[in-house]
Amino acid sequence: MIGLPHYLALGAILFTIGVFGIFVNRKNVIIILMSIELILLAVNINFVAFSAYLHDVAGQIMAMFVLTVAAAEAAVGLAVLVTFFRNRGDIAVDDASVMKG
Amino acid sequence: MLQGIAFYLLATVAVISALLVVTARNPVHSVLFLILTFFSAAGLFVLIGAEFLAMLLVVVYVGAVAVLFLFVVMMLDVDFVGLREGYARYLPFAAVIAAILLVEMIVISTAVAAGGAAAGSTGPITATADASNIETIGRVLYTDYVYIFQAAGIVLLIAMIGAIVLTLRHKPGVRRQDIHAQVTRDAKKAIEIKKNVETGVGVSPEELL
Repeated sequence: MIGLPHYLALGAILFTIGVFGIFVNRKNVIIILMSIELILLAVNINFVAFSAYLHDVAGQIMAMFVLTVAAAEAAVGLAVLVTFFRNRGDIAVDDASVMKG
Repeated sequence: MLQGIAFYLLATVAVISALLVVTARNPVHSVLFLILTFFSAAGLFVLIGAEFLAMLLVVVYVGAVAVLFLFVVMMLDVDFVGLREGYARYLPFAAVIAAILLVEMIVISTAVAAGGAAAGSTGPITATADASNIETIGRVLYTDYVYIFQAAGIVLLIAMIGAIVLTLRHKPGVRRQDIHAQVTRDAKKAIEIKKNVETGVGVSPEELL
C-alpha cells in the first residue's frame, strides 16, 4: 500500500535534487532556472499528496497557483536571460554584477 | 499491488531524470529530461487521484514552459562547456548539503505523516460518479478561491507584459509605416512650387533637395 510518506519522500528527494542542481551549476542560469522548476514540482507533489490523503481539495488549488507562479517566473526569468545575453554575449552568473555600486 | 508497481516505476523515472537534469552536459538533454520528470509527476498525480492537475502539468509545463526553455537554449549561442567550470569543485560540498537536507526532510515528513493531521487517513480520496476531481476543483475554485484565482490571472498578465517589455528591442534605421506622419501630411508641406525657373534650363536634381 502506497501511503503518504512515500509521496512526501519523493517530494523531499526532488527538492534536494533541485537544491543540489543550483549548487553544482552555479554558473549556468538556464540549469538554475530548471532546478527551481524541479523544486516547485516537489512542492506541488507535497501539496497534492496532502490534498489527497486529507480529503481536502484546497491543496490541489494551491498547487495550481504554484504552477501559475512557476510559469510566470520561468517566462520572466528567460526574458531576463535573453536580455542579459544580448548585452553581455554570455550567461555566466559571475558576470551579473554590473549593478553593484 | 499494481498501484505500488506504478508508483515505484514513476517515482524512479522521476528521480533519475531529475538527477540527469542537473548533471547532463548538454542543456538540451537537460530540458528533455525535465520534460520526462514532469511526465512522471503527472502520472503520479493521476495515480493519487488529481487528474486535473496532471493534465495541467502536461499542458502548462511540457507544452509551454519546457518548450520555452528549449527555445531559449537553442536560440542563445552559449559556450556551455565553459559554464561547467567549477563543477567538480562544488560537487563534494553540494553533495554534503544535499544529503543533510534530504535526511532532515525525510525525517520530518515521516514524522508528519505518522503523527500529523493526515495520520490514520483511509487512503487517497477517490472520485465518485457524482463528483469527479475536476468538478470538485471547479466548485471551490470559482467560489471560495475566486479572488486568489483573479490574482493568479493578474500575475500571468504582468509576467506576460514584463517578458515583452524586457525582450522588445527597437532597431534604429528600420523603415516602418508612420500613420501619424501619413495622416497629418498635406499639400502645403508636401508640394513646393518653384516659379523662377528659366525656360529651357530646368532644375537640376541637387537643387530640389
